[in-house]
Amino acid sequence: MQSYNLTHLKQLEAEAIFIMREVAAQFEKPVLLFSGGKDSIVMVRLAQKAFAPAKFPFPLMHIDTGHNFVEAIEFRDDMVAKLGANLIVRYVQDSIDKGRAQDEKGPNPSRNGLQTITLLDAIEEFKFDAAFGGGRRDEEKARAKERFFSHRDEFGQWDPKNQRPELWNLFNGRKNPGEHFRVFPLSNWTEMDVWQYIASEKLDIPNLYFTHKREIVVRDGALLAKSDFITLLNDEKYEERIVRFRTVGDMTCTGAVESTADNLDDIIQEVASARQTERGTRADDKRSEAAMEDRKKQGYF
Amino acid sequence: MNTEIEEKIDSQKYLEMDLLRFTTAGSVDDGKSTLIGRLLYDSKAIFEDQMDAIEEVSNRKGKGYVDLSLLTDGLRAEREQGITIDVAYRYFATPKRKFIISDTPGHIQYTRNMVTGASTANLAIILVDARKGVIEQTCRHSFIASLLQIKHVIVCINKMDLVNFKQEVFEKIQQDYKDFASKLSIPDIRFIPISALMGDNVVDRSENMAWYEGSTLLHTLENVNISSDQNFVDARFPVQYVIRPQSDEFHDFRGYAGRVEGGVFKPGDEVVALPSGFSSKIKTIETIDGQLAEAYPPMSVTITLETEIDISRGDMLVKANNQPQNSQDVELMICWLNEKQLVPNGKYVIRHTTKEARCIIKDVRYKMNINTLHRVEDDTTIGLNDIGRILIRTTSPLFYDSYNKNRFTGSVILIDEFTNETVGAGMII
Ligand SMILES: Nc1nc2c(ncn2[C@@H]2O[C@H](COP(=O)(O)OP(=O)(O)O)[C@@H](O)[C@H]2O)c(=O)[nH]1
Ligand SMILES: [Mg+2]
Repeated sequence: MQSYNLTHLKQLEAEAIFIMREVAAQFEKPVLLFSGGKDSIVMVRLAQKAFAPAKFPFPLMHIDTGHNFVEAIEFRDDMVAKLGANLIVRYVQDSIDKGRAQDEKGPNPSRNGLQTITLLDAIEEFKFDAAFGGGRRDEEKARAKERFFSHRDEFGQWDPKNQRPELWNLFNGRKNPGEHFRVFPLSNWTEMDVWQYIASEKLDIPNLYFTHKREIVVRDGALLAKSDFITLLNDEKYEERIVRFRTVGDMTCTGAVESTADNLDDIIQEVASARQTERGTRADDKRSEAAMEDRKKQGYF
Repeated sequence: MNTEIEEKIDSQKYLEMDLLRFTTAGSVDDGKSTLIGRLLYDSKAIFEDQMDAIEEVSNRKGKGYVDLSLLTDGLRAEREQGITIDVAYRYFATPKRKFIISDTPGHIQYTRNMVTGASTANLAIILVDARKGVIEQTCRHSFIASLLQIKHVIVCINKMDLVNFKQEVFEKIQQDYKDFASKLSIPDIRFIPISALMGDNVVDRSENMAWYEGSTLLHTLENVNISSDQNFVDARFPVQYVIRPQSDEFHDFRGYAGRVEGGVFKPGDEVVALPSGFSSKIKTIETIDGQLAEAYPPMSVTITLETEIDISRGDMLVKANNQPQNSQDVELMICWLNEKQLVPNGKYVIRHTTKEARCIIKDVRYKMNINTLHRVEDDTTIGLNDIGRILIRTTSPLFYDSYNKNRFTGSVILIDEFTNETVGAGMII
């Protein structure tokens, strides 16, 4: 008998497409969380593939912390215009102005945790019942426990000890009114898979991912980009370095890496020899051993 | 340390790698975490910051060694209690293959997790402590692997360093296991003597066990042939979603999106849509990257037909001369996943392929004693982690194959109508 073989990346792609279609079929009002970062760019590509030649049947939504890299926002708007997709933006600043959230104190107050409040409010505002996220299990140890279909109660909370078992290709999206799901089609992808996919699909990514000169400050071992949202401490000063970013998030907690990689192949070689996880550059995860688990329980991505 | 390992990656080769999903089983302290840690470490899937973090915690807790289980035990409660509660997924790749490990806890109260991990696995590693030999847990884990139709099992006889790497110990355990496994249906069973702690026969050949002529564990994982495990004979295409672009350009386009769960589909093939029974011909197999000459498992594609027939989610495209079974009365092996017992005559929501229906439990035939593999007919309460055989009747017919024939058209889950929890995992007989 002839045997048929699908390469691992094609299998991961097929799995992610399956998940997206499953969500479109099982839920009334899904949304795709889109930040302009590499994972969400891959997600959009997969969504296009899943529903072609039709447009994908859900809007994109960005929860804007206000602490963005300008390049990421420009890229986002450009991409949305090209896609002709519907983008919803909700601002953490609005949640703060309405008194629903409060900025942290300190030299680099992160709005990362605050996104949860804005996100949950937006989910309620639009009555979204499923939100796609680009989270991967290889990113972080609490994420390694995530399901593809991750149930959230009416408070948006994740209950990691009480998750629904997921078997075979059978995904259970049943829920009570007011509850919703987070869905992670890239669960089984690794950082390397994402980069290889971007390269093989020739996807555009923000130039933040490529080498550039930037003023940074070194704080607790992380290289933080100069911005209005960071207050220098006594002996700190900005200095120019040749850097790039491995992840693109809130400016106050996304660290740069020193790199001269100016094309995808160089990035791939860098990822292959990296001795730090990509989240190793994120100050928000360093806060405690269970920082991610705690944020996720509250309703974080 | 493995700093000399070639750091460069060849993207062309990377794209050509295939994928092996495996699950690990063994009782507590058999060395699962140590083994996984070693595979991850030697394949460079553990990063310095992760290593630093677990080193720091190990020291803080006064452990004399780096506790690799901290890597897989991702939840606070797991770390606090020092046990694995939930399935954790781990990833690593060698130049040959990418691997997905589902690391499942070994305790009997976590049978449901092992079943979950096993449901998508191509291969299972079953760990046996060389000092203890084949024990009840080994039998249970093997039974689950067999029930879930994992085609390849590698029995790793671990801690060989503690029995002086003696060949007789290995051979005795191998024989004991074979005697027991003759009752199971696992087509490919291999035995490897290892020391997860010291690395013997994991990645590198053991110098301490020159008598062992087989492959190392990693070599076996890289080379075991899984391409023929999928069913490429019986064509099955459960329709997941109907694509109608409603744009001027694709005004009349009507595509059936889904994943091929069996067999091979080609343009021109005569197909029958179930349940309607209407037949048509495949016009095209669409993807955004162009039309395909064929589609096979586990591809996600969109099929268009020559004629317009009424098809919706939950229907199935098959070939006229090879149709699945079609019935409302279905016999299942069920593994119970929930604290709330199965209710005899109770009603549940059932999901099978892309179809959802309701069902009633007509009969509990027997319960398995999963340690002795005996059927228990006088006690038919099915509670958490129990495995038994049941008969159900569904509100509308299912189109199914036996689980032995096709994992994906032969499996179902039961859902509690009130809590919406997934309470049962069923394999159709
Ligand atoms: N001597 C020896 N000890 C081992 C070996 N593999 C694991 N161990 C030890 O056995 C204990 C339990 O191992 P662990 O990996 O946590 O087992 P798990 O409960 O199956 O995950 C630890 O103290 C390990 O160091 C081995 O091959 N030889
Ligand atoms: Mg363990």
